[in-house]
Amino acid sequence: MSVSVLPTQPWRATPRIMATEAAGVLAALLLTLLTLRFTGFSGRLAAAVLFVAFATAISSGIEWRRRGFEAAQDAFVRAMLLTASALVMLPLLSILWTVVQNGRAALRPNFFTQDLTSASGTGPIDQGGAIHAIVGSIELVALATLIAMPLGVLSALYLTEIRGRLSGTIRFLTQAMSGVPSVVAGLFVYSAWVLGPGKGFSGFAGALALAILMLPTVARTAEEVLKLVPEHLREAGLALGGTQWRTVAGIVLPTARSGLITAGILGVARIAGETAPLILTVFGAVAINTSMFNGPVSALPLYVFGELKLGLDTAFARAWTGALVLMFLVLVLFAFARWLGGRNTR
Amino acid sequence: MNDLVAKGIHAWFGKRLVLEDVNLEFAHGTVTALIGPSGCGKSTFIRTLNRMHEFVPEARFAGQVLLGGNDVYAQGEDVTKVRLRIGMVFQKPNPFPSMTIRENVLAGPKLARIKVDDKTTLVEKSLHQAGLWNEVKDRLNEPALALSGGQQQRLCIARSLAVDPKVLLMDEPCSALDPASTLRVEETIDDIKHDVTVVIVTHNMQQAGRVSDYTAFFLAELGEPGRMVEYGETKQIFSNPRDNRTERYVTGQFG
Repeated sequence: MSVSVLPTQPWRATPRIMATEAAGVLAALLLTLLTLRFTGFSGRLAAAVLFVAFATAISSGIEWRRRGFEAAQDAFVRAMLLTASALVMLPLLSILWTVVQNGRAALRPNFFTQDLTSASGTGPIDQGGAIHAIVGSIELVALATLIAMPLGVLSALYLTEIRGRLSGTIRFLTQAMSGVPSVVAGLFVYSAWVLGPGKGFSGFAGALALAILMLPTVARTAEEVLKLVPEHLREAGLALGGTQWRTVAGIVLPTARSGLITAGILGVARIAGETAPLILTVFGAVAINTSMFNGPVSALPLYVFGELKLGLDTAFARAWTGALVLMFLVLVLFAFARWLGGRNTR
Repeated sequence: MNDLVAKGIHAWFGKRLVLEDVNLEFAHGTVTALIGPSGCGKSTFIRTLNRMHEFVPEARFAGQVLLGGNDVYAQGEDVTKVRLRIGMVFQKPNPFPSMTIRENVLAGPKLARIKVDDKTTLVEKSLHQAGLWNEVKDRLNEPALALSGGQQQRLCIARSLAVDPKVLLMDEPCSALDPASTLRVEETIDDIKHDVTVVIVTHNMQQAGRVSDYTAFFLAELGEPGRMVEYGETKQIFSNPRDNRTERYVTGQFG
């Protein structure tokens, strides 16, 4: 038996409708150009605003003629959403573009192989690099994540699974903690650790400060994610004779895994670019420090900050490259975390 | 002419054909039951009738669904108007949690921006039709989730009826309900069938026998798409089926 009927998607817009829509966009473009030409409007901003206004009006108008007022509303809201997303993308893309443009100059192999022991920041671009800062950043973020992730997830579990008497207080304090300025976190670690048992600047002190900043983000997000795990899954686990801990470890956490990884990503995003608390805790260095517990360490944000302070063209170029590498590093981290979260989910 | 006619319905998910060449007519004022084992395509079929099949991104379709002679898949046919005329009640009761009982009944007109002159009458009439009025008339402003599961499902039926549909599709509406609530829903179907054409998917053979005038048996053989095996008056399907697969299914020998 053969299927003589072809699969179709009658709900898709026909070529004619798509052509109408394209014509509408073209008309909006034309109207914009005409308005700019014959009225007092000028400049890129005016062009963008005019185009969005015309395109929205025209596409809503087309829908109105085709399917009535309700459909026009649909089209209008859709146009607004598109505009809003474009507006959100604009500064992001602009930042990305600027960093890539300015960071290209000093992006040379030596940036990734050398440190600043032999070449000072005032030297030419092809000498010296930021390997110490790259390694330092990775170490700091990794150690901070190692501290903050378990703490954050465990406290979230307390809030969603134990639901103890302290839940309200903990939730409130975590929320308040997310408002702590990063300098304050740095100062706290400086006075409580660096001046005390830590005996001076160290990578560990920096990781502590970053962990303090990361903790509320991780805890709050993890709590929201754990709340999404359906109650009946917990009941099913308990009804199979599992203890609460076995149920949480075997069912609740795996179910929420991808969300928990998102919590970690948001936490890392919160701390990766932090500069102020690091000045007070790791201080900055010109070479790789293999010990996380003894002596100053560098990090990319500190490197960028240090180069900027020099005020030279070559130093500016290095600072941009530092920012570019930091962004790229964070991107790689996110991709890795996503990959980790996406495995075995289907 | 409010008959619903399905002509040569095919449905795909991606490249996989799940429903092949189904032809059925639902006369106005009748109740048709769709029976068959899980995965035979009956749910997919009723979702093609009010164009909810296309919510699945990979979905493909071929065929015609005529309501009063007009193809609901025709170009220029307004899909929201189609769903206004062909309502649906789902497997799990899904009253809107943020609304009261009264607001739930009025949700349809509100969403579709239909002007209602006398809301109180509409609420009462719809709840009456769904057999829920006496139970909830004193608590119309309570949240809908305060109702029991069976009451919630009848509220959903009342909600569907409030926009005055020509056809009501019911996808296993009683599978989550206790026998008493099931009975109430069946009485409701009996009450409304003179105004509304009812198409009901059910796994409950007794229910099909009790509530429907016509019955269609769907089956997907191993590795084959779902097809309609047999269609006829409910009495005939259950007492004297032509196809022996139908007979084995309705007598509980498989499926």
